[in-house]
Amino acid sequence: MSITTEARPEPSAPPRPARRRLPGIGADRSVRSVLLVAAIIPTAALAFLIYQMVKTAWPAVIFNGVGFFTTKTFTIGNLYATGTEVHHGYTAAKGASYGILPLVFGTVVSSFIAVILAVPVSVGGAILLAERIPVRLQGVLGTFLELLAGIPSVVFGLWGIYTFGPLLSRTLYKWIAALHIPWFTGPTGAGEGMLTASLVLAVMIVPIIASTTRELVRSVPAISKEGALALGLTSSETVRIVTIPYVRTGVVAASILGLARALGETIAVLIISGNFLNAYPHSIFDPFSTMASTIAAFLDSALTDSTGMAVHSLAEVGLVLLAITLVANLAGRMLSRRFSGAGLPVGRGV
Amino acid sequence: MTARRVRNAAFWSACSLAFLCVAAPTLSMLISVFHQAVPALGWSLLFKRTNSIGIQNAILGTLLLLLGVLILAGGVGVAAGVYLAEFATGRHERFLRFFSEILAGMPSIVIGYIGYITLVVQFHWGFSLAAAVISLSILVLPYVVKTTEVALRQVPTFLREASAGLGLSSTTTVWRILLPPALPGIVSGLIVALAISTGELAPLLFTAGFSDQNPSLALVHHQLPYLTNVIFTDLSLPGARARATSAAAGAVTLVLLIILIAVGRLVSRGARRATARMTI
Repeated sequence: MSITTEARPEPSAPPRPARRRLPGIGADRSVRSVLLVAAIIPTAALAFLIYQMVKTAWPAVIFNGVGFFTTKTFTIGNLYATGTEVHHGYTAAKGASYGILPLVFGTVVSSFIAVILAVPVSVGGAILLAERIPVRLQGVLGTFLELLAGIPSVVFGLWGIYTFGPLLSRTLYKWIAALHIPWFTGPTGAGEGMLTASLVLAVMIVPIIASTTRELVRSVPAISKEGALALGLTSSETVRIVTIPYVRTGVVAASILGLARALGETIAVLIISGNFLNAYPHSIFDPFSTMASTIAAFLDSALTDSTGMAVHSLAEVGLVLLAITLVANLAGRMLSRRFSGAGLPVGRGV
Repeated sequence: MTARRVRNAAFWSACSLAFLCVAAPTLSMLISVFHQAVPALGWSLLFKRTNSIGIQNAILGTLLLLLGVLILAGGVGVAAGVYLAEFATGRHERFLRFFSEILAGMPSIVIGYIGYITLVVQFHWGFSLAAAVISLSILVLPYVVKTTEVALRQVPTFLREASAGLGLSSTTTVWRILLPPALPGIVSGLIVALAISTGELAPLLFTAGFSDQNPSLALVHHQLPYLTNVIFTDLSLPGARARATSAAAGAVTLVLLIILIAVGRLVSRGARRATARMTI
């Protein structure tokens, strides 16, 4: 729609006298290139982050080899020992061993539990909010979603460790443990552990899924809903037959984004998980660790490793985490292209 | 008939229960944080620093961070959003937008880690305001880009056509015709970015450091205190006093967030009115 295209003479048109340029058109090009640079920055930042992560992790990738994914001991070794550990030409402290299997397990399992718990709650809540609550109240009740999306993860941690976890371990966990189902039994502790962390993660990703679902439910054509009601269906049947099929793809895409957020969550998990390294939790109530929380917990001590391998290995942990979350994000966005209407929220669902 | 009615009632009660599961933790969180903060609340919180019984330096540090993010992420993000909405075309538009959205899914700890490796260590900036602001800005940039783009796209096309018809350059069109009605939408996006910055810790943990002094305006080599660090650090310190300070810092963060959300609501209401006025 710009003038510059208009000024270009058509090939068939007769030659026109040179036109005096309007003021401002000359500046157009430079403004446009400044804006283009700005538009490239996010993509460039993404490329730089990935490049830098690979570069930092590379010595560890060579040093650890396949053992990184097959062993379960993550230790930076004995920094006071004489001698060093050398593999494939790279040096690490004596006894250093970097295996992230329990971390991958903790990350993936806690995030999946979180998504499984969050999806029905978000979808149910969003459908209620969009279909049943009077418009006047929708704004007020919608504030809960906005607030929840805005609450910092460290506050989630504060709440989880002092209020939510202790409350659950005194009540719900005791009852579940009394049933003696394998993996769901054993000491429940003070509420630090996998189930509490998963529950808190679930609460954190509810806004992402719920706000998308709410927008999608609002965009369901009224004609279809009215038609279903006119055929004598009850309102819940209308939801099942008309609304749910309409929003399904979008909800799945938002759930994948929620999964990505749960996988990458650091601080809340660091506070609530109980930081249990080098072994698998024996029950769902046991402490555990995730990749993100380990990076945050370990960097300080990794810096004391004079061989530098600890820092490289943490970068490799970050690289694996990055790969998993980027794949989840790509999958969610690809899927979301299949439906039109409300776009996916960026990141947190604010 | 009655069976269907019962099922209907059961469905909606389940939905209400689900909504309760969203509302209850939110309320519980607010109450829990403010309740735990009670012993530490008082004016000394605002006027004493973290080396005695206040968090003045942390509050100032967080505000300074917000200002930095507003300038850096705001400037770059709005410019990028304008480009994507008004100038970019075809494949490279989709390419840039897609990767900007992918950047939004980047785990914040990874951004912090790279910020540490690159800015703090390789550039020799040390724990500093510049490293912290850049890390945070990369985190929130996609939000600003997205909301700016969406706000501009809601401006009706006939305004662009009329402007082109009058012979205005595309720069003037954006600046004088399109930005004013899109402004409320852009501002509410910026507020979301600020809200996220207020509450983030993972990208700052290894880039900002901490200090008991009030923050200085020096960009590099000066550590920066901020609120979420106080919450996190005092959480694991022994003693009721530290725990109360942690919760108090949490309460102040929440108050800041609530203010930001309220302002954002007012602004986005303005945005809706502006859009309504434009559609004839």
